[in-house]
Amino acid sequence: MSTKKVDPDWLTIFIYLMLVAIGYLAIYAADYNELYPKAWDVARNYGKQFVWIGICMLVALIIQVFDTRFFTAFSYVIYGAVLLLLVATLFFGAEIAGSKSWIRLGFFNLQSSEFAKFSTCLALASFLSNKKTDLDNFKHQLIAAALILLPTLLILRQGDAGSAIVFVSLVLVLYREGLSGGFLLVGILAIVLFISSLLFEFPYIIGLLGFILLMTLVLRQGFQLRNMLFFLLPVVGIFVGSIYLEPLTFLIALGVAAILFLFITIVSKRYTVGLLTLTLFCSIYVKGVDYIFNNVLKEHHRNRIGVVLGTIEDKKGVGYNLNQSKIAIGSGGVWGKGFLQGTQNKGDFVPEQSTDFIFCTVGEEFGFVGSCILMGLFIILMLRIIALAERQKSDFSRIYGYGVASIIFFHFFINMGMTIGLVPVIGIPLPFISYGGSSLLAFTILLFILIKLDSERLLYLR
Amino acid sequence: METINIRRFIIQAIIILLSSVILIQLFIMQVTDESYAAMAQNNVIRDETIYPSRGQVIDRNGHKVVNNEAVYDIIFIPRQVQELDTNKLCQLLAISKTDFINNLKKVRKSKGYNPLRPQTLFKQIPASVFSKFQEYLYQFPGFYTQVRAVRSYPFANAAHLLGYIGEVNQKQIDASEYYEMGDYIGISGIERTYEKILRGEKGLRKNIVDVHNREIGSYLDGEKDKEAVAGQDIQLTIDINLQSYVEELMKNKKGGVVAIEPSTGEILTLVSAPYYDPNRLTGKKLGIEMAKLKRDTLKPLFNRALMSGLYPPGSTFKPLMALIGLQEKAFGPNFGYGCGGGYRLSASQVIGCHGHASAYNVKEAIKHSCNAYFCRSLYLFLENDKYPGGRREGLTKWVEHLADFGLGVKLPVDLPNTSKGMVPTSAYYDTVTYKREIPKSENEPKWKSNWIISLGIGQGELGVTPLQLAHMTSIIANRGTYYYPHIVRPEKWDTSSIYTTPYKVSVEKKYFDVVVDGMEGVVTGGTARIARIDDIAVCGKTGTAENPHGEDHSLFIAFAPKDNPKIAIGVMVENAGFGSRFGAPIASLTIEKYLTGEISEKRQALETKILEANLIK
Ligand SMILES: [Zn+2]
Repeated sequence: MSTKKVDPDWLTIFIYLMLVAIGYLAIYAADYNELYPKAWDVARNYGKQFVWIGICMLVALIIQVFDTRFFTAFSYVIYGAVLLLLVATLFFGAEIAGSKSWIRLGFFNLQSSEFAKFSTCLALASFLSNKKTDLDNFKHQLIAAALILLPTLLILRQGDAGSAIVFVSLVLVLYREGLSGGFLLVGILAIVLFISSLLFEFPYIIGLLGFILLMTLVLRQGFQLRNMLFFLLPVVGIFVGSIYLEPLTFLIALGVAAILFLFITIVSKRYTVGLLTLTLFCSIYVKGVDYIFNNVLKEHHRNRIGVVLGTIEDKKGVGYNLNQSKIAIGSGGVWGKGFLQGTQNKGDFVPEQSTDFIFCTVGEEFGFVGSCILMGLFIILMLRIIALAERQKSDFSRIYGYGVASIIFFHFFINMGMTIGLVPVIGIPLPFISYGGSSLLAFTILLFILIKLDSERLLYLR
Repeated sequence: METINIRRFIIQAIIILLSSVILIQLFIMQVTDESYAAMAQNNVIRDETIYPSRGQVIDRNGHKVVNNEAVYDIIFIPRQVQELDTNKLCQLLAISKTDFINNLKKVRKSKGYNPLRPQTLFKQIPASVFSKFQEYLYQFPGFYTQVRAVRSYPFANAAHLLGYIGEVNQKQIDASEYYEMGDYIGISGIERTYEKILRGEKGLRKNIVDVHNREIGSYLDGEKDKEAVAGQDIQLTIDINLQSYVEELMKNKKGGVVAIEPSTGEILTLVSAPYYDPNRLTGKKLGIEMAKLKRDTLKPLFNRALMSGLYPPGSTFKPLMALIGLQEKAFGPNFGYGCGGGYRLSASQVIGCHGHASAYNVKEAIKHSCNAYFCRSLYLFLENDKYPGGRREGLTKWVEHLADFGLGVKLPVDLPNTSKGMVPTSAYYDTVTYKREIPKSENEPKWKSNWIISLGIGQGELGVTPLQLAHMTSIIANRGTYYYPHIVRPEKWDTSSIYTTPYKVSVEKKYFDVVVDGMEGVVTGGTARIARIDDIAVCGKTGTAENPHGEDHSLFIAFAPKDNPKIAIGVMVENAGFGSRFGAPIASLTIEKYLTGEISEKRQALETKILEANLIK
């Protein structure tokens, strides 16, 4: 066995260390106070984070000493244990900032949902790597869905919708492992339509819908130039139209385009029926979401969703955070204001600036250049993880690797997107950077299990 | 294997594509868009609120009733605090160390806590303590003070009508554009109804601060600053000395007294007993004292003068019954009715009356308060042939007249929480199920006039507040014209105010004379001779509200002098028996005090008796 052991992937470890270091500096800058210039003070956020970084290094090392078989053999046990922890949190948890997702442990508050991420990846890897599992089989699809949905629902019950929605990203893993691409598209379609049906007028959504439908067809047709042109031209038309035209004009234009399109598709009858059915279903779905939102939900529910989606202006609450966050990042300019020189961060204009809005500090003090470096590190890390996953001999390790990539990607995209106003404000941390012991520890474990698996990639795990 | 590679490619493509979207947005925000830098600049402007002083309150004679007393909030900016000598701070502020620690914890936990912004550590430090602390303030870097005002009341009276102020709650903040956390707002009484006038407008000073939150100067030389507008003073219609005297009379009793100047509608006194010292609900002790008052089983917070609309007016209703009967020509001023000990409903049922000289006209009937006479009056009123809709229409007409005199409607007085009392409608009686069925036609009401006949003598399903009693009396005193009762003098120029507009009731002036004569007779030779005052023609009417749960409630209405009346009063004393026992003495003492400024020697024994009476066990 020892002959099959290779070095751990130093590139991943290097990026990890870089990110953690950037995180520490960002938290230091966010919490910096010229009256207490000490670099190390356990009473302050950055001091605590320093301790956590130490703990994480230790845990990362310990993981490397484990036998790899431990993770395969005990994946369900770990999964079950974390589920129990989630349930326990529901009963004995402390409520902080509106969600009951914390267990008080005296010296720190443990956020159980963070640990559900790697445990779910392990369980999913274990299930999918089983030779008998077939993702075209409906029953197996259900089991895979259940493995993902169980922790999701428990975390949702805790009141932490942000952490719950993270698990949606694991659909990527299923897709990689052979789940029909249709599921991925339907999933994306459902989410996009849900949000857009609350945000936009009906005709705009139909425009978006058309875009997605045509993309589907393009992908199905394969990448032939003739098809690309044939489908992309109307797509671009609809997209541009949805931005510039008045809703009514656009609707009429869309109708005309649809009839034209219908004539064209008669040539290739194959798609016509499917296309029309899908359009019909999507329209019903959008109207349904609209109806539920306006007639079933209560006023305060509507308000909360509205604030999250930005349709309701809330200068004191969520809207305020986002606005301040954008000002901080935008004012950073190309080169940034310099380390510890950020006026917005200093003035504490940005709330939660060491946790969910930590990117504001980076964006303001290091500017576009700094942001690019940070983004570059993340992109390289994610692509590297996929590369690691693909070079695994055992299915278990590959699937787990994709799980890691999906979760880090989701966190990265949602968190960054939220600070610059691209996606609704969903409170989830930026991996390795945001302040918080539970989050840092959980992401470290998530990543270093993969590094451990990779270091024994020549070993064939069942 | 090939499909697998495509899937890997698609996943990588999604990652790169979405990351590029973020990168593009970042490029737009950080490199091409200049507006964020400008907005960041503006963020460095810190708004400072300037609190206006709250308006003060004087009574009708210019006595200061509500004062402002300066207190000081201790504010600190956590990040600026250095080497804090906690012991010395606590000692100077006369605060225990545990309080200090608790407050500090509370501040740190509060929503929106920001160590770079001013945080309020202690509220309402009295001036005496503050002056000592101020000398040493320089020893506490990061600590600042903010002067605030609390109310003080030189007269410990009129708590119910003055009301109190307290900090705004979250609901009020959310509902308004004006209020912010820590602001004060009027919660009851005139503090609430005249909140906007009393509070003034907060001012705003825009300061430029540096990165370390230090003030560098004013923004644009104060061009964008807003001066605070001080709250306006207001003048009450209340005579605070009279108020104080009536409160003394009502000591150890439960009930309400309202006196109105008939020629203006100005409320001269408005007492609810038991009462409390308004100084209890000021400053830091507000919370504790409030809890104590809420726990009190006698309900001192309940303003009986405005809110207790469940007690029937009893016989004080009879003058009004007479007036509207005359107006509707149900009977004439010389209508006589033999009493014979009561009003006979059937062979076995009689509404009893006391023995008295015969009631050969309206005046005598009021003077002797004959029950039979006014039951009959109501009967004639309801069964009047001129109503095509029969007694249903009769009752509706009756309700309309009552509303004209302020009964069964919410009077638009400038105080919050006014009860409209209770006046039953024919619709109400139609829905009640009766033991006896009337086997007549469908159109016929289910009830008979005789079944509701006790309304004629002010009993049954009627309910009035002391304010309504006083208002009704004021209308009678004024022979049919009235102003709505109010407690704050409207500005003279304010012609749009409902309080400066005279109104007229539906009863014609000519019918008032006999009724007023009757009310005079009540005091000179009728049921309330105890209310007589030498040289002043007092007109009054006793009343007793039947109370099935205990001793009856004692009521009295009166006005004086008979011509050009200066004061009209309504008194209700709970569980005090006949109207002549407590209602009449309290009303007449109040009138005498108001009109002559003192109590004549002859009546001092009565005064002492009332002052010392204790109806609360
Ligand atoms: Zn009689």
